[in-house]
Amino acid sequence: MTAPHPEATGTFDVAVIGAGVVGCAVAREFALAGLRVALVERGADILSGASKANSAILHTGFDAPTGSLELACMREGARRYRAMHEEAGLPLLETGALLAAWSERDLAALPGIVAQAHANGVGDVRQVGVDEARAIEPGLAPGLLGAVLVPGEAVVDPWSGPLAHALDAIAQGARVLRGTEVTGGRREAGAWTLATTRGALRARVVANCAGLRGDLVEAIARPSPFEIRPRKGQFVVLDKTARRHVRSIVLPVPDARTKGVLVCPTIFGNVLVGPTAEEQQDRERAALDAEVLAGLVAQGSRILPALAAEPVTAAYAGLRPATQHKDYAIEALREDGWISIGGIRSTGLTASLGIAAHALHLHAEHFGLPPRPPRVAAPRVPNLAEHLPRPWMRPGRDEIVCHCEGVTRAEIAAALEGPLPAGDIGGLRRRTRCMLGRCQGFHCARRVMEIAAPSLPGLVEAIAGEGR
Amino acid sequence: MRRSVVIVGGGPAGLSAARVLVAAGLRDVLVLERNPGAGGVPRFCGHRGWGMLDFSRFWTGPGYAARLVQSAAGAEIRTNASVLALHPGGELDVSTQDGIERVAARAVLLATGTREAPRAARLLPGTRPWGVLNTGAFQEMVHAGLMVPFRRPVILGSELVGFSALLTARHAGIRPVAMVEEGARIRAPWPAGLVARLAFGVPVIAGARILGIEGGARVEALRIARGGREEAIACDGVIVSGRFLPDAAFARASHLGMDEITGGPAVDAGWRCTDPAYFAAGNVLRPARHSGAVAREGMAAARAILRALGAAR
Repeated sequence: MTAPHPEATGTFDVAVIGAGVVGCAVAREFALAGLRVALVERGADILSGASKANSAILHTGFDAPTGSLELACMREGARRYRAMHEEAGLPLLETGALLAAWSERDLAALPGIVAQAHANGVGDVRQVGVDEARAIEPGLAPGLLGAVLVPGEAVVDPWSGPLAHALDAIAQGARVLRGTEVTGGRREAGAWTLATTRGALRARVVANCAGLRGDLVEAIARPSPFEIRPRKGQFVVLDKTARRHVRSIVLPVPDARTKGVLVCPTIFGNVLVGPTAEEQQDRERAALDAEVLAGLVAQGSRILPALAAEPVTAAYAGLRPATQHKDYAIEALREDGWISIGGIRSTGLTASLGIAAHALHLHAEHFGLPPRPPRVAAPRVPNLAEHLPRPWMRPGRDEIVCHCEGVTRAEIAAALEGPLPAGDIGGLRRRTRCMLGRCQGFHCARRVMEIAAPSLPGLVEAIAGEGR
Repeated sequence: MRRSVVIVGGGPAGLSAARVLVAAGLRDVLVLERNPGAGGVPRFCGHRGWGMLDFSRFWTGPGYAARLVQSAAGAEIRTNASVLALHPGGELDVSTQDGIERVAARAVLLATGTREAPRAARLLPGTRPWGVLNTGAFQEMVHAGLMVPFRRPVILGSELVGFSALLTARHAGIRPVAMVEEGARIRAPWPAGLVARLAFGVPVIAGARILGIEGGARVEALRIARGGREEAIACDGVIVSGRFLPDAAFARASHLGMDEITGGPAVDAGWRCTDPAYFAAGNVLRPARHSGAVAREGMAAARAILRALGAAR
């Protein structure tokens, strides 16, 4: 086979393929357990596939299929995230959710939703009348007939958490290999030799967390029992001035096909409207449609009429790695030294830490575990949440580069350094919020490029001209 | 200490207002500018044509910006000072490098200017690769940063600012492949389209419907439809030009009434907002006019403020 990967010699205990929310959490869990881990990512940065675009909600699992592995992982994942919120300061915004009924059909469905929530172990879910619903969310449109209150649904930063997991894994000795696409592999003498675009990699066990390419990676070990069917979700982000109109996550009553479009605050102080659910073939590109976006804007204003006057700050689309099956596809193949973690669709952000715990359990059962090593202190990630202190507020602060999001020069510089620096412009945005605000870089793109271009080649080229 | 006047925004409107207030004898005028330098948008427009209405000169943007700052000497210009919130009666929360403080004034002038609607606010379809920028960001990169993000972009929009983008592109050795206008005809006055075609060799395509920006990491094409036909224009960037919006977010988040048509704060004929301690002038009111007109309006608003302060004295 080809030359070894330049950053990864020797044999790893586990190669985790895919550094999305799931891969980052799994790599951390394995590294904490004392396994020698390589986290292998095709993109230039972590979180560059399905994980870069979601609704950033920490779900309770109140509406997940009762008895499913998905529900179990969501419950455990949310419990663990909350513990890390307490101990490691991962951001969390307690908003609760209100599932609003606007028709007699919706209203008739509410008792069933409450019953399912209780069956799922989410005991504080209850039906509320119109007056109580309006007290919770005063801006709801006329015509409300009733609602279900889900107090435990909360809003998180979808990127800082997984970044913290990846950094924690690195602190525990894991290697993160970005820009490394796994193209094949073979198993010999109890270990995998994976072929990648940057050379060969050896590992005793492979954990397939490849998300949107999960079935392609699975085919290295066996004919994949699941087939990824990318499901696109488009979102509209409204200006921070819209935040005062929205207190909680406002959900529709789901129908047979989809969970429907929600309106919710983001942890960054905006308001999110979305997602759609659209099947497509392309695993790479999620395109925005003007009519769909306009429809989302209109739908948001129908639910909370005050939103009609609020400008759109951003629009994005993501792909969820759905499969033909209803549940997650997680299993260990003992003979093959392989752990499949597939079909982690829209609930992956919530479930990731629970999935990681389950994956470690499978590893222990089938492949054993070394003695647990001492815990290295977990690195802290910078806070980007609007409701918590940010560097721009501090006396002696640095120059503010991005005024829309309050990002200082020092924060941008810091995101380009350290054990896992931003690998591309998307990674820099996710780590700092720069250029993600209402002006989308109109005011700050030049300054951001001056700071970032030396570390992220290929974005701009220097030209001749007069000095500054 | 309650100052006579605090001006939010150190661009043509704000600095011209400061100039009038200082000339009238006010010694405690404060201009709050969030950037490291005052002068506003012209600081990054390298071509000439600035200062004609207010100074009867034909300066470059940076030269004009420097004159504006000079002419406001006598006012305190605080840079790196970002206004966070407006409170009733003329009190502001301001973030500076010393921390967050409350500033009070008998009159506050909002002169925060304008910016172009970004791609998202226009609900432009397609993927989201690197290389989609407003004219403002592009010009600042070229003139202040000496760098370019693309070599053969499409210019979207045909307002005057789109032609300004053409000038900047030529200055930087960039060859735009087309100017695409969604309306039936070019928006800038004649003979702009002719100039684009003849002097720059850039085809101008009007009446185009944008089907999508295409690309993975970087822009690869702009897909359009016109006359019932679809086509993909190969390019490595998109300059999203025009459709100026008031930069009025903190006014919208405040107690001040807003003008639903312009998107800026609502004002009476004397530039007064719905809270009499607040005034607004320039492109934050009805974007976007040329800096000279904006500067004149800043001066007129300053005279209105002087009258109001006199009446209140």
